[in-house]
Amino acid sequence: MRITQGTFSFLPDLTDMEIKAEVQYALDNGWPLSVEYTDDPHPRNSYWEMWGLPMFDQHDASAVLQEINECRRANQEHYIRVNAYDASYGRQTTALSFIVSRPSVEPGFRLERQEVHDRVIRYSLHSYATDRPRGERYGVNGGPGPRG
Amino acid sequence: MTGTDEQQHQQEQDRWGAGVIPYAQMGYWMPDYEPKASDLLAAFRITPQDGVAPEEAGAAVAGESSTATWTVVWTDRLTAYEHYQAKCYRVEAVPGTPGQWIAYIAYDIDLFEEGSIANLTSSIIGNVFGFKPLKALRLEDMRIPVAYAKTFPGAPHGIVMEREYLNKYGRPLLGATTKPKLGLSARNYGRVVYEALRGGLDFTKDDENVNSQPFLRWRDRFLYVMEGVQRAQAESGEIKGHYLNVTAATMEGMYERAEFAKEIGSVVVMIDLTVGYTAIQSMSGWARRNGVLLHLHRAGHGTYTRQKTHGVSFRVICKWMRLAGVDHIHAGTVVGKLEGDPMTIAGYYDTLRLDQVDADPRKGLYFEQDWAALNAVMPVASGGIHAGQMHQLLHYLGEDVVLQFGGGTIGHPMGIAYGAEANRVALEAMIKARNEGRDYLAEGTDILRSAAKHCKALETALDVWGDITFNYESTDTPDVTVTPTSV
Repeated sequence: MRITQGTFSFLPDLTDMEIKAEVQYALDNGWPLSVEYTDDPHPRNSYWEMWGLPMFDQHDASAVLQEINECRRANQEHYIRVNAYDASYGRQTTALSFIVSRPSVEPGFRLERQEVHDRVIRYSLHSYATDRPRGERYGVNGGPGPRG
Repeated sequence: MTGTDEQQHQQEQDRWGAGVIPYAQMGYWMPDYEPKASDLLAAFRITPQDGVAPEEAGAAVAGESSTATWTVVWTDRLTAYEHYQAKCYRVEAVPGTPGQWIAYIAYDIDLFEEGSIANLTSSIIGNVFGFKPLKALRLEDMRIPVAYAKTFPGAPHGIVMEREYLNKYGRPLLGATTKPKLGLSARNYGRVVYEALRGGLDFTKDDENVNSQPFLRWRDRFLYVMEGVQRAQAESGEIKGHYLNVTAATMEGMYERAEFAKEIGSVVVMIDLTVGYTAIQSMSGWARRNGVLLHLHRAGHGTYTRQKTHGVSFRVICKWMRLAGVDHIHAGTVVGKLEGDPMTIAGYYDTLRLDQVDADPRKGLYFEQDWAALNAVMPVASGGIHAGQMHQLLHYLGEDVVLQFGGGTIGHPMGIAYGAEANRVALEAMIKARNEGRDYLAEGTDILRSAAKHCKALETALDVWGDITFNYESTDTPDVTVTPTSV
């Protein structure tokens, strides 16, 4: 399966040049960038690990791309997303968020059903990857990623 | 008595003598009145009967929508009546339209019950629209003073919270209304939901008239729909929703349906405008208490919003609904099958989404509006739109909007999931092109065709619908406009 969170998951994976163009768009809007990674892509997992603090003072798209690639090298076989943050009054929330790396195999989710009363079913989404401990969820010790 | 005293005495006697005197002379026409920041202001389009002066017509509207009745009543003198009288402080001829004027009327905030749309509307539009001295009357716009806006809780979640709740940023959301809207069994209905959501949409939707008819009772529909929603979440790793329409004959019925929707895990419920303002406010409170998004379908509004000379403009309905507190409201597409001039629609969208809205006659906005941080409402664009218009939709409607492609998803020749995929790919490709700095409006067709090279579903959608347009003249347009009414 392919997890389709993020703004561009229905397009072919973005190249570094395409990522840089999105970063530039964010910078032109005054939105600082941040990089986050996880091995638990459950849709309710709000808090992916932060790859450092948001880059409030970084206005150079190439330098942001370099950070993204550092994160990729250190976290192979992980999901990595780039966020642009709009701190302006009335927004104060994420303005853009897109996935830039995925594990080579995305095991996806199991839908668990608990039949309760009167035909009601309680649903729960179970991330197959989290059956294994952190660090071992996509291949042995993280394994080399497709972009490694 | 001096001469002046005598004159004043005579005037007093004229004002309070039994019988009928013009409204203008009863204090409802006050051209030197300076509206207060706490006044509620209204702009009415008036079409007086022949021989009725516009000032008198404006004063009559002010009178009939506040303290007056048709004749002098001595009991007025038991009150501080000048405080309670609405004041028509200006009338302006409508440019290029003989016989019509815009009457500006100020109402003291004291006239309205705090936090009650029912009271606000009973006051302003309750009595005056059938008034004989006017051929027609339309409430064009209203300035809600901050002091009054602050008596309403507003949208249960608002745009920012909705995006964080759904974990979806940087693009419009995508939806589709289940079709055919009548006749599907519960099981088949849920199939449409599953296919559309797994294909790439964020939301699917019950139509306004899908409530609980003999062929599809609400409880069965809810259960099958949620199976589809949950399956699609598992297939995509995204949060998905279906606007479960909880519209019912009674509040008790609506609460029962909404409680059940919440129990089985729906992130959103829906109501129709036909349930009435009080029911909308009650459901808004329910949605806020229970953490469920509230979608409002503007069922029936065209009966009173569309005609330019009579009724209530939809921009006023937008303001009332922003106060009443809904998370979504249908507000027009510009390019689709339903009424909507581009500038007029921009006025609705500004009213729903911005915190500070400037007066702009080109958009039909007669007043500035300060919402004082009242939650923004997500507009929904629905009706006759398709993937081939993606560049126009993004240009006219912006990013904080739900684009609903019903026929444009379900009618896809390869199947519903492919129809959904076509819409999602078209949307993401257009956002990417915009962000890269391309002139996406001019190059829209090229951008879509090039995205279709890696998406057969989009290629097919463009082949089927690429040329479909609905170019009709709009009925409701601003009086000051340089923009064509269709695109």
